[in-house]
Amino acid sequence: MLSLKSVSRSFGDRQVLDRVSFEVAPGQITGFVGANGAGKTTTMRIILGVIAPHSGTVTWRGEPVTQSVRQRFGYMPEERGLYPKLTVADQVTYLGRLHGLDRATAQRRTARLLERLQLDKRAGDPVERLSMGNQQRVQVAAALVHDPELLILDEPFSGLDPIAIDTVLAVLRERARQGVPVLFSSHQLEVVERLCDRLVIIADGTVRAAGTPQELQTRFGPQRFELVVDDDAGWVRDVPGVKLVDLDGPRAVFDLVDGTGASAAEQAVLREAVRRGPVRGFSPVVPSLAEIFKEVV
Amino acid sequence: MGAVTAPPAAATSATGASFWAATRLVAENEIRSVVRTKGFWITFGLILAGLFALSILPGIFGGDPPTVATVGAEAEQLVSEAGLDTRAVADRAEAEALVRGEEVDAAVVPDPTGESPVGLRVVGLSGAPDELVAALSVAPPVDLLEPFPVSDAVQALVALTFALVFLMFTMAGIAIAQSVVTEKQTRIVEILVATIPVRALLAGKIAGHSILVFTQVAVLALATPLALRLGRQPAVLDLIGDALAWFVPFFILGFVLLGAMWAVAGSVVSRQEDLSSSMSVVMLLVMGPYFAVIFLRDNDLAMTILSYIPFSAAVAMPLRLFADQAQPWEPFVSMLVLAVALVVTVLVASRLYAGSLLHTGGRVRLARAWSGAE
Repeated sequence: MLSLKSVSRSFGDRQVLDRVSFEVAPGQITGFVGANGAGKTTTMRIILGVIAPHSGTVTWRGEPVTQSVRQRFGYMPEERGLYPKLTVADQVTYLGRLHGLDRATAQRRTARLLERLQLDKRAGDPVERLSMGNQQRVQVAAALVHDPELLILDEPFSGLDPIAIDTVLAVLRERARQGVPVLFSSHQLEVVERLCDRLVIIADGTVRAAGTPQELQTRFGPQRFELVVDDDAGWVRDVPGVKLVDLDGPRAVFDLVDGTGASAAEQAVLREAVRRGPVRGFSPVVPSLAEIFKEVV
Repeated sequence: MGAVTAPPAAATSATGASFWAATRLVAENEIRSVVRTKGFWITFGLILAGLFALSILPGIFGGDPPTVATVGAEAEQLVSEAGLDTRAVADRAEAEALVRGEEVDAAVVPDPTGESPVGLRVVGLSGAPDELVAALSVAPPVDLLEPFPVSDAVQALVALTFALVFLMFTMAGIAIAQSVVTEKQTRIVEILVATIPVRALLAGKIAGHSILVFTQVAVLALATPLALRLGRQPAVLDLIGDALAWFVPFFILGFVLLGAMWAVAGSVVSRQEDLSSSMSVVMLLVMGPYFAVIFLRDNDLAMTILSYIPFSAAVAMPLRLFADQAQPWEPFVSMLVLAVALVVTVLVASRLYAGSLLHTGGRVRLARAWSGAE
């Protein structure tokens, strides 16, 4: 369990993080969502000890994160970096050894990982001769080569084509299944929605919401329902406690207006619909992450 | 999700071990990436070739004893006793023809006029053949009250060589600055800083390039006796032996001192293109001793001062020892000054390095780099 408690940091006069607290649990992929400049990268750099927090603590399994603890983390920074002249295999092996692997183990794991990421044919090429997408895969390999106890990935999917996204995603899922906590940031909400078990939403340096997508949806999404009947459904707008959002002939989408005694109004709508004739469909509408995000920020 | 953690003592020792392990890995990587370039081997090959050229060529072009045409038994005996090559000919006309044809350097012929006290004349082409005249002359013995142990010409040559070696190899320290900038520019530095201690990164870089340069200097030092023997100049080796013995430790400390400064020069900029501006100060500290020693070589006071300044001590102190101008204790004091300067510089440099490494964009001011390290 990685745990941040009340972490604050400013650069000059600008407060970038303000008492940020959240946890990343083992076996879960946690998405770290926020607009550009919200504080995602700064938070990740603090977890990795690249910069120091001005207050607050970061703990791993209940202990402060020291250099030797950090060596067992895997990190993929937002601004990608590799040695342009070094070959793919040498690069990954070198970074593996910096993380404490011996030469033979580092080489073995590099070979396995490159194969897994479909890079084994390029192992002997200098990184500068690879396409951006392939360089990105090398970067993923560099973050994984030492079988990290914790994975921190800053925008791991930006710049990847859909096939590469699936490859990387599969690798990350595999790690999470083995019990590794994974924290990754993204501003591509569709990707986050597909991938993560938990979400942390950050805006202007403060955590606005955290939880599973379902939790967030019930907590922040408006309570929205869709009704499909045979005839015109315009009568829905006259049911008390209900706000009609969208009407398209026999199809009506409506929100429950807050403060009207919880979920009674949608039942009133359903009863009225049944009274008027056949009901072809009635279901809650789950808001997309993008809608929640707008709501929260 | 277990709260399994190593006991603090074990964690501490793991950190200690990983610092040195990381330093070694970084050094290895630096060495490998330099050795892999063609430029490294070409440069080193040229330097080695230069060393042999310097030792052998003077022997080929100027070092041979002159060949002398002789007329008559008396001249032949005299000239060959002087250790010169003789070529006996029948008469003066034939000897002159050989001199004109530049087949011999000079000729010794009988003096029919009686003008010469020894009854012989020396014939040269366009200038007096001094070496031959000196070999045939008798001079009274000279007693010097304060003999100068090494001739001025040899001193100048040795000064130039030491200064040049120092210049060339400390300039090789530019590779440290370039390597630092490469890591900043490609942003791989962020992974490195997240993985190993910043100071291990700095130490590994300096160590790697130091080992490379010291190995090259060692190869040159081992090749020197060979080159001098090939050039039939073993006497020079006896002369520079002591100075060389001091030059090596001074050079090592001096190189590491400048290496730390090269690293800072690299860390305050973010792109290779900006490197030249930040390197100018270090460049000055490298070139300074070279020119100072060449121009101020005859100024005892200046050389004394230079031999205590950490940046020029590596060249100036061995030269003063070579010229017998320094007391036996002086190199020890100078080396102590250098060592203290080295420790202070490395401490300051590692803080500046850590403080500026993650800044991108424009050039980082040193004051900001200093306060940026937390």
